[in-house]
Amino acid sequence: MTETRLLELSGITKRFPGVLANDDVDLDVRVGEVHALLGENGAGKSTLMKILFGLYEPDSGQVLIEGRPSGISSPADAIRAGVAMIHQHFMLVPTLTVAENVVLGLAESGWRLDTGSVAERVRDLSARYGLEVDPSALVWQLSVGERQRVEIIKALYRDCRLLILDEPTAVLTPPEVEDLFVTLRQMADDGRGLIFISHKLDEVMSLADRITVLRDGRVSGETTPGETSKEELARMMVGRPVQLVPDKPPLEIGGVRMAVEDLRVVGDRGTEAVAGLSLEIRSGEILGIAGVSGNGQRELAEAIAGLRAPAAGRVLVDGRDVTGAHPSEVRSAGLAYVPEERMRDGVVGEFTVAENVMLVDHDRAPYCRRGMLRFGTIGERARDLVARFAVKTPSLETPTRNLSGGNIQKLILARELSGSPAVLIAAQPTRGVDIGAAEYIHRRLVEEQGRGTAILVISEDLDEVMALSDRIAVIFEGRLMGIIDRSEVDVAQLGLMMAGSSNAA
Amino acid sequence: MSDFFTLASLVFVVGSGIRLATPMLLAGLGEAIGQRSGVLNLGVDGVMLLGAFGAYYTILETGSAVAGILVGVAVGLIMGLAYGVITVTFGAEQGISGIGIYLFGLGVSDLLFQKQVGTPLPIRGFSDWHIPFLSDIPRIGEMFFQHSVLVYMTFLLVPVVAFLINRTTFGLDLRAVGENPAAADSLGVSVARVRYSAIMIANLLAGLAGAVLAIELGIFQQNLTNGQGFIAIALVYFGAWRPTGVMAGALLFGLVSSTVLQWRTLGIVSGAASSLMAMAPALLTIVALVVISRTVGQPSALTRPFDRGK
Repeated sequence: MTETRLLELSGITKRFPGVLANDDVDLDVRVGEVHALLGENGAGKSTLMKILFGLYEPDSGQVLIEGRPSGISSPADAIRAGVAMIHQHFMLVPTLTVAENVVLGLAESGWRLDTGSVAERVRDLSARYGLEVDPSALVWQLSVGERQRVEIIKALYRDCRLLILDEPTAVLTPPEVEDLFVTLRQMADDGRGLIFISHKLDEVMSLADRITVLRDGRVSGETTPGETSKEELARMMVGRPVQLVPDKPPLEIGGVRMAVEDLRVVGDRGTEAVAGLSLEIRSGEILGIAGVSGNGQRELAEAIAGLRAPAAGRVLVDGRDVTGAHPSEVRSAGLAYVPEERMRDGVVGEFTVAENVMLVDHDRAPYCRRGMLRFGTIGERARDLVARFAVKTPSLETPTRNLSGGNIQKLILARELSGSPAVLIAAQPTRGVDIGAAEYIHRRLVEEQGRGTAILVISEDLDEVMALSDRIAVIFEGRLMGIIDRSEVDVAQLGLMMAGSSNAA
Repeated sequence: MSDFFTLASLVFVVGSGIRLATPMLLAGLGEAIGQRSGVLNLGVDGVMLLGAFGAYYTILETGSAVAGILVGVAVGLIMGLAYGVITVTFGAEQGISGIGIYLFGLGVSDLLFQKQVGTPLPIRGFSDWHIPFLSDIPRIGEMFFQHSVLVYMTFLLVPVVAFLINRTTFGLDLRAVGENPAAADSLGVSVARVRYSAIMIANLLAGLAGAVLAIELGIFQQNLTNGQGFIAIALVYFGAWRPTGVMAGALLFGLVSSTVLQWRTLGIVSGAASSLMAMAPALLTIVALVVISRTVGQPSALTRPFDRGK
């Protein structure tokens, strides 16, 4: 091996009470390479990276940087050793300026703050790596894409040799992803090593030089994009063959079951989040809404579900006008809702699995009589739904927050679909969910479509929208930029529309 | 009422308003620093009482006002260390810990006073320092430039604290730790070290505020502060976590207090009415807080202990 090994992790084992998070993991990164780290939630990626970054101490194993023991036992050590990490949730202070965020924690800066010289160097780095950002802007004013550039500049400013990126593309539009990849490639070519953590197989295939897959804390495969395929990677991650795109049955579209007419909704910040939006969904059809988060998707879903009063316009569910109606009325009109924030709006974390299944119907016979809950029938119903939707739970009495994200989502789906709804809104149905559970949820959604339900899928994951939808509506700043038919989808065009240019076609 | 609106009376009101504002301003500046780091200390009043007693007793025994000030500061530092251990090292709930500190300070200062002194004896502090030339300006001099050195020092501290927060590396760490401690930690800033430092400074100033109060009044008694430490906390919210804002609030509060005092002296209000009027400053604070207080500016991590593992 003539290539220099920038980083070598060997035999890393880390135990937590009841869990073996990392089991004899080997990973090495060479100079100038992008090394992708793939794995499901809980496969041990984060633990491994936290060990590398000095946040956890391994039980056994060795971390070598350029052939020498790293001696990293805190983030400060990691930074000194030239290791930088871009976390999935950005580590920025929103009330500080870009320059202040960059200089934060740097010992060499002296006791007096001199943001002028920092700003100058930030501008240099911006120019060299195509990371356009204003050093004097306050971070809270920046877009998500710009914030990520600040994170990269922070790493470059510290002259990092090894950069870890934890799911960096989760929040970006397709054009932003392309720009990011150009920057990352350039950083690797400058002699740095990059660890790219992702579960998006397309991106891993296009960016990585090498790929290491983790499953249940162990390395389940090491390969290169040339030697593998997306299907094989998915199999390594899950441990069985996975169907990445659900089979869609031939369309049998019926009458309109849900309509939104010129809807206007005010968001939390007091500005118009949905600005005159009209949609129709027919029986047996999945309409997908694509867009970068924060463009009115959440407000749209909440306004339809009765959780947020619209300022103007109409919402029709199965022919009934439910504009501004109470959520219970909207539900009785036939709407089911899988919310984006499942722990906040979907379940009560402290409640048991059985209680969460009953959240919607608990006040109705046969589950309730004269104001008293009937635990016998409730238990039967919960047992039935848990079995039918393959929810993995130790018992019906387990607090719901102890379940994995995928199982909580299956539980919500079970509850929402059990009432045979006319319309289903599924917001971010597989966000933070394992590939295996995502495959299952996608299959259930397509099945539900076959039953004649009108389904609205809202997702930031463009692959998901394209896999499920019969038509794709792109939303930008609360307006529809256009609706594209499944057969005419063009990713480049979708990307442009998501960034605000309207559908020319 | 016409007695009140004489020039002499108004000059007196402004002058004594500034004097009354001083201890609250000192304690408020400290609390602002503490809160900027994400730590709420409801025990300010208790620390002030301990500082006040420490200073009073020292001056009573030694006759040295400087020694009294030093003891007040030292008492503040000791309390700060205790509060740091409780809230940073052990990550205890800040609201309840602060109340504990307050009750401790209230009880211990009174206990020591009863045991060591018993009957209130007056102490001598610093004589007023008339700033040359400036103090000779008619009215203006009387209002602003004929105070104790402690008053000047306190108001000079306002730009110093503003500089510390906004223009130094420590201030940047402080702001970052109060807003997003995880981000600061990921860049190698020690959240614990920054919070300990902020708490120590905050309590030092609270102890000093107590000492200044005792020296200005020349006396100690049970519950000498009469809730001024709590007002100092309110001033931090009132001033939107900015030193100049805290100063504006302290001055407003001092002026209202001195106005009420003057009305009493002149007999404009009397008896029960005068007790009612004594509430005016507190009432005004509540109204001002409801009207003015903004949640922008509040450090996002306020009252939240930092634990890297979570």
